[in-house]
Amino acid sequence: MALSSWRGKSLWLAFALLLAAPLLFAQSAALSILSQCGCMMILALSFNMLLGQSGMLSFGHAVYSGLAAFASAHLMNELAGSSAAALLLVPLAGGVAGMLAGVVFGYVATRRSGTALSMISLALVELVAAAVLMLPAWFGGESGVSTNRVLGMPLFGVDFSSQLQVYYLIAFWLFVSTAAMYGLTQTPLGRIANAVRDNPQRAAFIGHDPRQVRYLMFMLSAFFAGVGGALTAINFEIVSAENLSLLRSAQILLFTFIGGIGYFFGPMIGAITGVLFSSLLSAYTRGWQLYLGLLFVLIVLFAPGGIAGAWIKLLAGWRQMTLRGWLRLAGGLLTAFGAVFLIEMLYRRAAIL
Amino acid sequence: MEFTLITLLNGLSYGLLLFLLSSGLTLIFSMLGVLNFAHASFYMLGAYFAYAISIQLGFWPALLLAPLLTGLLGALVERVGLRHVRRHGQVAELLFTFGLSYVVVELVQLAWGRSALPYAIPAQLDGPLFTLYSTAFPAYRGFMMLLALLVLLAAGWLLKRSRIGMLIQAALTHPQMLEALGHNVPRLFTLVFAAGCALAGLAGVVGGNAFVTEPGMAAGVGSIIFVVVVVGGLGSLKGAFIASLLIGILQTYAVALDVSLLSALAHWGIQIAPDAVGYPLLRLTLAQVAPVLPYLLLVLVMLLRPRGLFGLRD
Repeated sequence: MALSSWRGKSLWLAFALLLAAPLLFAQSAALSILSQCGCMMILALSFNMLLGQSGMLSFGHAVYSGLAAFASAHLMNELAGSSAAALLLVPLAGGVAGMLAGVVFGYVATRRSGTALSMISLALVELVAAAVLMLPAWFGGESGVSTNRVLGMPLFGVDFSSQLQVYYLIAFWLFVSTAAMYGLTQTPLGRIANAVRDNPQRAAFIGHDPRQVRYLMFMLSAFFAGVGGALTAINFEIVSAENLSLLRSAQILLFTFIGGIGYFFGPMIGAITGVLFSSLLSAYTRGWQLYLGLLFVLIVLFAPGGIAGAWIKLLAGWRQMTLRGWLRLAGGLLTAFGAVFLIEMLYRRAAIL
Repeated sequence: MEFTLITLLNGLSYGLLLFLLSSGLTLIFSMLGVLNFAHASFYMLGAYFAYAISIQLGFWPALLLAPLLTGLLGALVERVGLRHVRRHGQVAELLFTFGLSYVVVELVQLAWGRSALPYAIPAQLDGPLFTLYSTAFPAYRGFMMLLALLVLLAAGWLLKRSRIGMLIQAALTHPQMLEALGHNVPRLFTLVFAAGCALAGLAGVVGGNAFVTEPGMAAGVGSIIFVVVVVGGLGSLKGAFIASLLIGILQTYAVALDVSLLSALAHWGIQIAPDAVGYPLLRLTLAQVAPVLPYLLLVLVMLLRPRGLFGLRD
């Protein structure tokens, strides 16, 4: 009971934060970062449906969001001249496009589990990324497909030309998708997916074909990835092959794991961290990708629960922390500071050379 | 005839280079149960180390020292990182090596910059080995093939005949029993990991100047070698060998063939209008499709034989 009311409260708090965020950070640069955070949160949450909930490590998540983004861009170009309200449903169409891709590629990928599944997803992302560049008639080649999110006459003064209106569109879909994905974890399918992750043999013994469960989860995850991809297309108004590259998939994987795959809200923290890294830290140092990679490796080594896990551990145990623990923490921070200092020096040297 | 033979030779040399890479990868997998995502990073490190050593000491010392260095680094990675991640499971191991590959690319760029390095073929091996009809076959390609074959024969002998090879084979199937007999199995794991990385480093030394030494070289070959080990069957050396040669030859032939479905259809007397739905797809030539052929092969193999060509377990 206490837990559920705590959950309810945090849900309303999150909703209020979503609505109030533009009031706190009104500059257009901040709004753009908030919008990117929203898109990335959906992508990371949908990725965690695979990695965290079903134990499938996919290296090709951007394929589904990217193909959906292309589909949405083409759809928006088709819809140009109709009502602005049509844009509200473009993410849904993107979701369907992502799911279609998931139906096709997921069939191949989910035939295997574990390492082989990861390798197949890797091959699929390479295949699709290369194919997109080969078919410039459909995907615009190197320059990509550009579009215009202002579809037509404003409805109640809203035509989605301003970043603020786009932010609220993204916030709406973020809220809906998050609620749906959270709901899914509570359904029998969500629970069976956990069982397949932990022990596929036992899941098979109680009558659930692990392959079928993996395939189902894969398709659903691709749907939400598609929603995220469509929102990205709306936000940036351009989609290129970069959107479905291995690099983009790797980014989603990194962000999700850094946030923490064991907790439902972990990927959201990861998405915020990642977007802040890539959009704010990149202004200060060329080494942001190195720091992101190092942070990821450190988390894999020492805090497999990610930021969310570390935070919950800290909340639960900081009163019992011994002097030795504090000293250790201080030592770790000092080492990290020294390492950052050294790396920055090296980057300065490399810039001079 | 001339085209067929030269392309076959080129395909074989590329395939053997792939096998030099994938043999270490598949050996590490069958022993440690982890697919080393950073394997291609060691290939890249091998090339960069070889460049750094060759401008000081020349190519031949680099051929020896660079693989040793990458092997040492591999041992370090296994000892310091991978061994501790193992208790968190297979996914964590794969994630660790994935993160490592991400970091290595950044570090290489930090140390050597973002552009390609002028890592040149040694003067002794620069030039044609023999001339077939009218096409010259480069000596360096021949050297690559010879080296790969020698190393692989040596490794095969080591694995099958020597004492340490016997221990490794025993550790593949019965690690607990081997431990009970008083052998240090974790150290054996480190040794195999280091040896696999050294093989990748060696492939980098010869591949770096045969192709190009740049920060993207790991990503370029990385996905292909994973395709090789999955198509061949995870953990099967024989499968990796067949798949390496198959993919090497397939890709080299495809690059040289300038035919498309459209031209094939035209040959049979069917004309397709440029505004038909599938026209952009039909217009693609085999040469254009060549880079994705390995991935298509993987999808095909997964559909027809999910465990791979010579895979023993699913």
